[in-house]
Amino acid sequence: MSYLDNILFAIVLIIGFGYFFNNIKKIIRNINLGIDVDRKDNPSSRWKNMAMIALGQSKMVKRPIAGALHIVVYLGFIIINIELVEIIIDGLFGTHRIFAFLGTAYNVLIGSFEILAFLVLVAVTVFWIRRNIVRLKRFMNPEMKGFPKSDANYILYFEMVLMTLFLLMNASDLHLQNVPGGFSHFIQAGSFPISQFIEPLFNGMSNEFVMLLTEIFWWLHIVGILVFMNYLYFSKHLHILLAFPNTYFANLKPLGQFDNLEAVTTEVKMMMDPNADPFAAAPAPVEGELPAKFGASDIQDLNWVQLLNAYTCTECGRCTSSCPANQTGKKLSPRKIMMDTRDRMEEVGKNIDANKGVFIPDNKTLLNDYITPEELWACTSCNACVEECPVNISPLSIIMDMRRYLVMEQSAAPMPLNAMMTNIENNGAPWQFNQQDRLNWKNED
Amino acid sequence: MSENLIVPTMAEMLAQGKQPEVLFWVGCAGSFDDRAKKITKAFVRILNRANVPFAVLGTEESCTGDPAKRAGNEFLFQMQAMMNIEVLNGYEAKKIVTACPHCFNTLKNEYPELGGKYEVIHHTEFLKSLLDTGRLTIEGGQFKGKKITFHDPCYLGRANNVYEAPRDLISKLDAELVEMKRSKVNGLCCGAGGAQMFKDAEPGNKEVNVLRTEDALEVQPNIIATGCPFCNTMMTDGIKNKEKEADVKVMDIAELIANAQDL
Ligand code: SF4
Ligand code: SF4
Repeated sequence: MSYLDNILFAIVLIIGFGYFFNNIKKIIRNINLGIDVDRKDNPSSRWKNMAMIALGQSKMVKRPIAGALHIVVYLGFIIINIELVEIIIDGLFGTHRIFAFLGTAYNVLIGSFEILAFLVLVAVTVFWIRRNIVRLKRFMNPEMKGFPKSDANYILYFEMVLMTLFLLMNASDLHLQNVPGGFSHFIQAGSFPISQFIEPLFNGMSNEFVMLLTEIFWWLHIVGILVFMNYLYFSKHLHILLAFPNTYFANLKPLGQFDNLEAVTTEVKMMMDPNADPFAAAPAPVEGELPAKFGASDIQDLNWVQLLNAYTCTECGRCTSSCPANQTGKKLSPRKIMMDTRDRMEEVGKNIDANKGVFIPDNKTLLNDYITPEELWACTSCNACVEECPVNISPLSIIMDMRRYLVMEQSAAPMPLNAMMTNIENNGAPWQFNQQDRLNWKNED
Repeated sequence: MSENLIVPTMAEMLAQGKQPEVLFWVGCAGSFDDRAKKITKAFVRILNRANVPFAVLGTEESCTGDPAKRAGNEFLFQMQAMMNIEVLNGYEAKKIVTACPHCFNTLKNEYPELGGKYEVIHHTEFLKSLLDTGRLTIEGGQFKGKKITFHDPCYLGRANNVYEAPRDLISKLDAELVEMKRSKVNGLCCGAGGAQMFKDAEPGNKEVNVLRTEDALEVQPNIIATGCPFCNTMMTDGIKNKEKEADVKVMDIAELIANAQDL
């Protein structure tokens, strides 16, 4: 009978992890839809960034309340995962509290898990209140309706339920540990600073019934964790994994430095080369290679770091709340840029899955169908969003690549910008002045 | 000519077989915009006073291409960049100073990959180095006890991490430096960057420069100090919008220093 339990547990584990890894593979495939960009330089600063920003949460604490609460939930998550190791071993081998032999150390461990679980409950409740009762402004933007709103709440409910189950599991276990003369294999182990207060709940119940409850709590807890793990793929909660690679591969250059498109450099050099033959035909494109497209109209034109960014975005809205365009009521919201990019990437991914590995054009693009030129043109390129993002995402880089597409592929800049560009081209200044007058200021009053 | 500004050009210097200590990159705003020209001249007066051997490109200077690049026109940007690099390299320019954070950022960060490698400094950094080395001295004078707040230009601050030089200069004026609630890395854009200066704003409920001016007015300054000709225009317009021209002045750091010196 008990073997059945172990086998069942093994099956549940295999399904849980199997589905999870399958989805991870999809994420990697989708991220690789982006074009290549080299982010292997300077490994030491990259490791440092990851340690400080993802592991050390250095940017989270810029908003102290959210930052402190987040650290509690984050620590709780990591530490309670250690408990998971014991749960898995116990489940597979039918043991009970296999690490109990650690003695005092074990007591300390279990005790601290309990305290963290409790703190996580408190933190998550405060998070819930901020979203649903206080209704902080940055959680109320238009892009936060529907799934994104419920997603955030589901995560909070999940955490509440999982933490409660963990404490209930410990409480009922403790109850059985204290049965005079011992009960079944419930040895005396662990210290229970929180669940000792829940334990009296079980007074008056038969030992067999409490044991059944313990089993139920235990199973619900582990199954819950597996379900939660698999929910990540569908959720902004994916950031708990991707924050690490994302901060590692983030841009290390000064924020003001935009990349110089290489394809353009080649063409400009040819245009400016006095020896070049103006009538020479452009070099024939290499077989099978698409002609270079300037800028980005869809996710395949973005680079893989921008796509990784989109999967990592936690939809916290810190970027949007610091964006000057958004603060003055314009449609631009850097968070929406990231969410749109992810949605479109998922759509393209599903298309590829449905068509045996190839993308069948669906007459849609990230530009226009998701992000409108009006949003793009409102950006002042001020980098406030990049600075704010707790996981080093750059919405600005996507905005710029899409502007480049609008201007260089479609000549679709707003009229006054066209005038400005014509002036630069003709007079070397964005205004209609003559280059020969550049030094006139010297002699004016 | 009502004042005696000494403004040699690189071509003149070359003709005399001389290489200046720095090349002053004036920028389009500094060359053509009436308000910004005053900043240019203030800076030149200081350079003259400190006997800094400098030169400008004059009619050989052209737009760095920053607004074209931020608008998405990479072609135009790179054409401008390559032409400018040809001129600069022709004069073997080594050190460039500019009063425009947009020129500063582009020359410093985006030109090197295209073959233009120079030491590029913002005029506030340069002024600070003049003070630090004793080539220039200033006294608080007319700014003593005045409340000055500094608006961080995005392309100087967040984009390139220059926060202290302008603040150091203000404190040298014996003025009281008051920080806005959003400053340094958290500064709010004036609304001009990203080529916004050259187009109408998208529909919204306020102009960015008005919002930023409100930030500044909150700390009740006598002067809003800027380090960018575009920020200067934006804040000046904001002050007009709030009808505060009589109480609050918008001045570039170079102007503050030139005025303190009675230059
Ligand atoms: S860079 Fe653009 S999107 Fe980001 S905060 Fe500034 S204006 Fe908003
Ligand atoms: S881009 Fe960064 S700051 Fe903006 S919502 Fe996503 S995680 Fe938050």
